[in-house]
Amino acid sequence: MAMAALRREGRRFAPLISPQPITAAVRSSLIQQEQAPLGVRSISTQIIRNRMKSVKNIQKITKAMKMVAASKLRAIQTRAENSRGLWQPFTALLGDTPSVDVKKNVIVTISSDKGLCGGINSTSVKTSKGLFKLTSGPDKETKYVVVGEKAKAQFVRDSKKHIDISITGLQKNPLNYTQVSVLADDILKNVEYDALRIVFNKFRSVISFIPTTATVLSPEIVEREAESGGQLGDLDSYEIEGGETKSEVLQNLTEFQFSCVLFNAVLENACSEQGARMSAMDSSSRNAGEVLDRLTLTYNRTRQASITTELIEIISGASALEG
Amino acid sequence: MFRRATGLLARPIISSARARIRPFSTDLPATETGDTNFIEAWKKLVPNIDPPKTPISFMQPRPATPSSIPTKLTVNFVLPYASELASKEVDMIIIPATTGQMGVLPGHVATIAELKPGVMSVHEGNDTTKYFVSSGFAFIHANSFADVIAVEAVPLDHIDQSLVQKGLAEFTQKLSSASTDLEKAEAQIGVDVHSALNAALTG
Repeated sequence: MAMAALRREGRRFAPLISPQPITAAVRSSLIQQEQAPLGVRSISTQIIRNRMKSVKNIQKITKAMKMVAASKLRAIQTRAENSRGLWQPFTALLGDTPSVDVKKNVIVTISSDKGLCGGINSTSVKTSKGLFKLTSGPDKETKYVVVGEKAKAQFVRDSKKHIDISITGLQKNPLNYTQVSVLADDILKNVEYDALRIVFNKFRSVISFIPTTATVLSPEIVEREAESGGQLGDLDSYEIEGGETKSEVLQNLTEFQFSCVLFNAVLENACSEQGARMSAMDSSSRNAGEVLDRLTLTYNRTRQASITTELIEIISGASALEG
Repeated sequence: MFRRATGLLARPIISSARARIRPFSTDLPATETGDTNFIEAWKKLVPNIDPPKTPISFMQPRPATPSSIPTKLTVNFVLPYASELASKEVDMIIIPATTGQMGVLPGHVATIAELKPGVMSVHEGNDTTKYFVSSGFAFIHANSFADVIAVEAVPLDHIDQSLVQKGLAEFTQKLSSASTDLEKAEAQIGVDVHSALNAALTG
């Protein structure tokens, strides 16, 4: 009771003592020392309160984003896991040939269109640049095909002249095979390649993804490798049914392989993206919580200090009158 | 200071519950094999980044060709959205290759076959499962493994006879009225698929 009365009193006196709202002591970094008037008595907590409000809002937003990512992840994870069978027959038949030495390499980098998802896009970009280094050389040509807005932004900075095609807005609709095969067809029509290297992040768990590269060879290279008895030496022992010639079937086969591998790659990458976004948003809402804690502490301490100051003023004023 | 202690204590419990709902993916084998040439070349050129993984390290290794013919055929039948059959052991499959229906038994010669719209049947003991597949590829390996990849496939008993008849009539009509090459080709595909469906249902 007495405290409340005193505080009311203090508030009545406060304008007399300091006609302008004074903010210094705590936030001396925000306001320069010279601007604070002389005789600082009470401290405004307005700035801290505003800051607390904005941190709280940020926390709300990041929490909501995490929830959205979690629900999207659930939907896309089952689809990605179901599509994992799709590329395996091709790898069993044509093998896995990341070390194949060919003239025209095309690196297909898969990334996301939206940010705030941790390091998955820069991982794809770094891996692609490593592959570029690995495949480039005299009388060789390496080009990028970039899927997704974020990797494009990173490539434009230093490898703009090597970008052949960039495709964005793939994830506006839920991913399906038809859409991806149209995309694959587009890529195949517009680039000349001996080997396509698809770089994506394979989903492992909500908190981890694995940078992966899948290699798809052109029909001519498949035939060459099979005849020379390299890594694809087994292919010659297969009888080929259908089509007019062997090369025609091989062309159909490699194009189908590319669309299948690409389909799995975009799904895995979308899944990793949601997982990474979920964990990024989780840690940022936790961070916001910690910041809020610290701010609350400072706020309460300042408030307490100003109340104490006012009390002392009133008491000493009263005792001066009495004396 | 300790105001959020209860929350902090509760957090690990929640996250472990989440981990249980979302298990780690299952297709990663314990031992990872990769292309050693590639990994060495990568380490030489890009020493500060780990080499990316390649698909083969996520795959169960296939067994070598056995000396005697096994009694069963191991079939993988995959679609973009599902694995219909995963390493299932069956007696025989009949696939609709472009060159004609093809029966595959264990010990079949290694073959790559393109598929056309038609019925694929899987024989397992006395049971027969029939699927209508749209198109795709089939690989038959020397070690009695068969991989069938189709863009779309449905069990035959999910197909409605009356809708097939309607579709067939519609596309036949479209084929006769088509003016451009594209329209003609589209109508032709429609007619082919529907007549294959019709044949599968009636025959």
